[in-house]
Amino acid sequence: MSILVDRNTKIICQGITGKAGLFHSQQCRAYAQQHRPGEDVFVGGCTPGKGGTTVDGFPVFDTVEEARRKTGANCSLIFVPPPFAGDAILEAADAGIELIVAITEGIPVLDMARTKKQLDANYPNSRLIGPNCPGVITPGVAKIGIMPGYIHTPGTVGLISKSGTLTYEAAWQLGNVGLGQSTAIGIGGDPIIGTMYLELLEMFQNDPGTEAILMIGEIGGNAEIVAAEYIRDHVTKPTAAFIAGKTAPPGKRMGHAGAIISGGKGTAAEKVAALEAAGVVVAESPADMGAAVQRAMQRRR
Amino acid sequence: MKIHEYQAKQLFAAAGIAVPKNIVAKTADEAAAAFAALGGPLAVVKSQIHAGGRGKGRFKEHPDQPGVVLVKSADAARENAARMLGSTLVTIQTGPEGKQVQTLLVEAGLNIARELYLGVVIDREVGKPVLIVSSEGGMEIEVVAEHSPEKILREHFDPDAGLFPYQARKLAFALGLEGNAVRSAEKFFRQVCRFFLDNDCSMTEVNPLVVTKEGELVALDAKVTFDDNALFRHPKLAELRDLSEEEPMEVAAQNAGLSYVKLDGNLGCLVNGAGLAMSTMDLIKLHGGEPANFLDVGGGANVEQVTEAFRIILADPNVKGILVNIFGGIMKCDTIVTALLAAYDNIGIKVPLVVRLEGTNVEIARKMLAESGKKIVTGMNLTDAAQKAVAAI
Repeated sequence: MSILVDRNTKIICQGITGKAGLFHSQQCRAYAQQHRPGEDVFVGGCTPGKGGTTVDGFPVFDTVEEARRKTGANCSLIFVPPPFAGDAILEAADAGIELIVAITEGIPVLDMARTKKQLDANYPNSRLIGPNCPGVITPGVAKIGIMPGYIHTPGTVGLISKSGTLTYEAAWQLGNVGLGQSTAIGIGGDPIIGTMYLELLEMFQNDPGTEAILMIGEIGGNAEIVAAEYIRDHVTKPTAAFIAGKTAPPGKRMGHAGAIISGGKGTAAEKVAALEAAGVVVAESPADMGAAVQRAMQRRR
Repeated sequence: MKIHEYQAKQLFAAAGIAVPKNIVAKTADEAAAAFAALGGPLAVVKSQIHAGGRGKGRFKEHPDQPGVVLVKSADAARENAARMLGSTLVTIQTGPEGKQVQTLLVEAGLNIARELYLGVVIDREVGKPVLIVSSEGGMEIEVVAEHSPEKILREHFDPDAGLFPYQARKLAFALGLEGNAVRSAEKFFRQVCRFFLDNDCSMTEVNPLVVTKEGELVALDAKVTFDDNALFRHPKLAELRDLSEEEPMEVAAQNAGLSYVKLDGNLGCLVNGAGLAMSTMDLIKLHGGEPANFLDVGGGANVEQVTEAFRIILADPNVKGILVNIFGGIMKCDTIVTALLAAYDNIGIKVPLVVRLEGTNVEIARKMLAESGKKIVTGMNLTDAAQKAVAAI
């Protein structure tokens, strides 16, 4: 079992004729073919004005609505450039796409505020992951994003992370201690993202295929504090966490728009304390994430 | 992107937001002329640097000269301006090196009845812009949040429609405003929220926001930060950027598509991904080292970008060693090694270099490193790499 992505997921890519869009569509298709030979998982793409053509065997459509109608896609991977990405997300939602994974980095934050407002008001059946994220993978089933597939092994740890490469690091460490993932999700490092920790924690808590949870956060904002309160009240599965940016100086933005400490708020220390108070095993070092999950699982036995 | 107070006030005025009468001065004589032109019995001369805390700040060259000063004559304006212009203002936000003042804002005095706080930011938890006001004008909002959170009032507003009149009135009444001040606040609050939306701000702050004895709200200070990701649709605003206010190496990094923040340590880091880069800094500290920088080469960096990254790291004379930590997703490990080997020769890397690679094409990359014949230490995992890098210094 898994969350968000399973054997019924059929994927298209918005922006498939761009360099990154095509490369990663090919990678995702290859991953599906390797793990589920003979099944059609990555079914095409969409670029306005290029409908009716094909690119490396992928049929290209002008609109997401047409792509969905003709391929049966229920998931869209978005590589559309930042000025147009908010619109691409809404086009996917309006076409009835259930899972929208936006990889695009650098979308204006007010565009995302407007996009999120529309999604919340009009498209309750569409879920957005990202933007500015590595995507979602259910190992052995489907990869929808830019993560290297081979580092993720099938298993029972639910992985939620704000950071891209840190997610890879965590998946790698989990693999080294013999723990695979039910599903791994990069939620994105932008100030406004489609899906935050809480909803995913709830899904993992309810997923019979998930035995433990690893949550990777960073400094800035208070999403991890809210998540800690949720875990304390609602999550019974063993949970481990890591917070990046313990040593970051206040007032400096560390790459992610979200990663900035202001006025003593959103520090790693605050977040670690809240998580530990909620019974979460917090990894002291980024090299210790896999082991922290092991400790969390042993503690509950 | 940050802008100066005088630039923010010009934008405010153009948007119909009330600001005190003011004149920009770049010489002492201009400051004196500005005082005369404003025509009042007193004026305030304000240093224009991006950092806050200017009123309490002092100049390196003139330890008794404050960064913001009240003057009562054209001569006093000239004398103060002469000490301020070209001198280095040190405030709690500039760091000990301070910032050189090149521009002054000369501003007419106001009949102040009350000082309030106003700020507009994005509330990431709700995914909406939010107007924040407080009766505690002039104080840092973070301090108010800590000591008297009940004095902070918030209204989230629609990113298309802006702040509705009833929302503005609600805040005005909650602040205890009366009569004409309520009407003035309704207009002021809505205009500032509209300004935030129209200009793709990431922050608009007015602290203090003055209520005059005549019941008008006026922006005594103005701090505006724009969303860098939205500047493409505001070419006029992008021109307001003052590069002299920014760390030169951070600007160079930005131009190369890298994310770099200079820190005080001696171990340089080159990492892909912001989260991993922050974690690498944490790990260095954990093993007794001090990171010299945060540097994220991003997901799709090419040979030129990686070479530039090394150049930027090595431009810092404090750097005594470099730790490269790459987990290849989009970025293939062999790309990094190709760049690393090119940079090693081109730039002439003389400090110890520890490299930890994992991910796409890692086997090819490790083989390239091993066969290069260069003195590059390989870290087998995160901890190993951090320990070796700290030990190498």
